[in-house]
Amino acid sequence: MREVYVIGSGLTKIGNLWDKGLRDLAVEAGLAAMEEAGVESVDAVFVGNMMSGILNAQENLGSYVADYLGLSGVPAFKVEAACASGGAAVVSAAMAIKSGLFDRVLVVGVEKMSDMTATEDVTSALATASEADYELFWGASFVSLNALIMRAYAQRYGLKEEDFGWMPILMHKNASDVPYAQLRFPITMEAYLSSPKIADPIKLLDSAPMGDGSAAAVLSASERRDGEGISVALVGFGSATDAMALYTREDLVELKGAKLAAKRAMEMAEVTPRDLQVLEVHDAFSVMGYLNLEALGVVEPGKASRLIESGDADRSGSLPVNPEGGLKARGHPVGATGVYQFVELYRQLSGRAGPAQAGSPELGAAMNVGGTGSNVVVTILRRVS
Amino acid sequence: MWAFNPSIPPIKREMPSRYRLEGFECHDCGFRSLPPRQVCPRCGSRNVSRVRLPRRGRVLQHAVVHSAPRGYEFYTPYVLALIELEDGTRIFSQLTDVDPEEVTQGMEVEAVLRKVRVGGHGGPVAYGLKFRPVLER
Ligand SMILES: [Zn+2]
Repeated sequence: MREVYVIGSGLTKIGNLWDKGLRDLAVEAGLAAMEEAGVESVDAVFVGNMMSGILNAQENLGSYVADYLGLSGVPAFKVEAACASGGAAVVSAAMAIKSGLFDRVLVVGVEKMSDMTATEDVTSALATASEADYELFWGASFVSLNALIMRAYAQRYGLKEEDFGWMPILMHKNASDVPYAQLRFPITMEAYLSSPKIADPIKLLDSAPMGDGSAAAVLSASERRDGEGISVALVGFGSATDAMALYTREDLVELKGAKLAAKRAMEMAEVTPRDLQVLEVHDAFSVMGYLNLEALGVVEPGKASRLIESGDADRSGSLPVNPEGGLKARGHPVGATGVYQFVELYRQLSGRAGPAQAGSPELGAAMNVGGTGSNVVVTILRRVS
Repeated sequence: MWAFNPSIPPIKREMPSRYRLEGFECHDCGFRSLPPRQVCPRCGSRNVSRVRLPRRGRVLQHAVVHSAPRGYEFYTPYVLALIELEDGTRIFSQLTDVDPEEVTQGMEVEAVLRKVRVGGHGGPVAYGLKFRPVLER
């Protein structure tokens, strides 16, 4: 089977970027990735996005983004898998290369959220990741469904309020020197504990912010080594689904889809959880970050908060987690998030993560979660030198 | 925008499940759930039929909503709950007639018809079976 290499990356700052529209963001990230890759054309474009139809009244994003990138004529597709849209776009591009049909593919993840200025509308749009008739009908939001998971998780493992604070505290600390991050300031445990609850027991400081952003990567069947002879290969990827509605699952705190996706990716890469040296996990809420770490198999169930609290997950620790600040502080432009994670992992492995560089890892994984775990993508990158 | 389509056809279509708790039962693995399905999500069997679910159960897990999706702002704070019905079927609904602070795990509840939401200006009123604490015991 053909190899897949990452040969270029680009991303925009994340935030309420009033002066930039969806196309501006996608073009900024897309051109940056093509420039870094040293290419002016690609064989296809895959756009990861969740809510453009609702938030921007714009669908047909494959054509839209290709057009503004000056790539009209190439095959282009929008890939949607709720918050895992970015990861799903990466996997789609990788499959296209592996199939032998395309040699070089551009992946662009983009979400333009701030054009919908009322929070209730964005909350409603995000909620469409869950089942409309039997979850959303009851006034469920994405946050409240995660609140059910958090309460069940805390009870199962006897965790206290502050155990959930370690994740956002580390994320804010990590993001504080990342130029493109949305929330570049540290928070304290006191601030966490006194943070208002948005869906009891989930606090505001458990939750990723809403923001605009775009990230892009060029995948290629041919290796491209940098000046130091380093290249990065996508050695494993896996995706999986789980029951759409939370209430139909056997166990609220078991992310079956996440475990399956991780297993598939690790089998393809022929690695075990112990081999991983840096992680990007989907901490849309603190509890989701913990469940990701457990699904990846790097900690035992119920022990994720201790991994973070211990300092082992710091940039200088034995297993850095989200060195750029994760969804919580780097930001979570929904359909772009999976591509941000992928780009960050690529930069960690190629030694180009700037202030966020966490040692010199050779193997890392990213987990991108859609819905309450109903669609999950895991990618594994390896440094080749 | 609305988190679900508040037009008449989908409200009408879901009536059996929403108002009579008509779910499905798998005759191979015994799994029961709402709404009716043609294929069992647990074992893949198509040997399923419609079943009327009990109207009483207990609260397994709950969450209190303070920041609501569009159309539900008026009702905040409200309680969403994972409920286990008397036959073991798990469903999702709202609790009603109870202070969010007073909800406890295992609390016995029963179905009661309540307004869920008004569909915008001149839109339909959506009703559903919410669950309230069982009073007599
Ligand atoms: Zn079955």
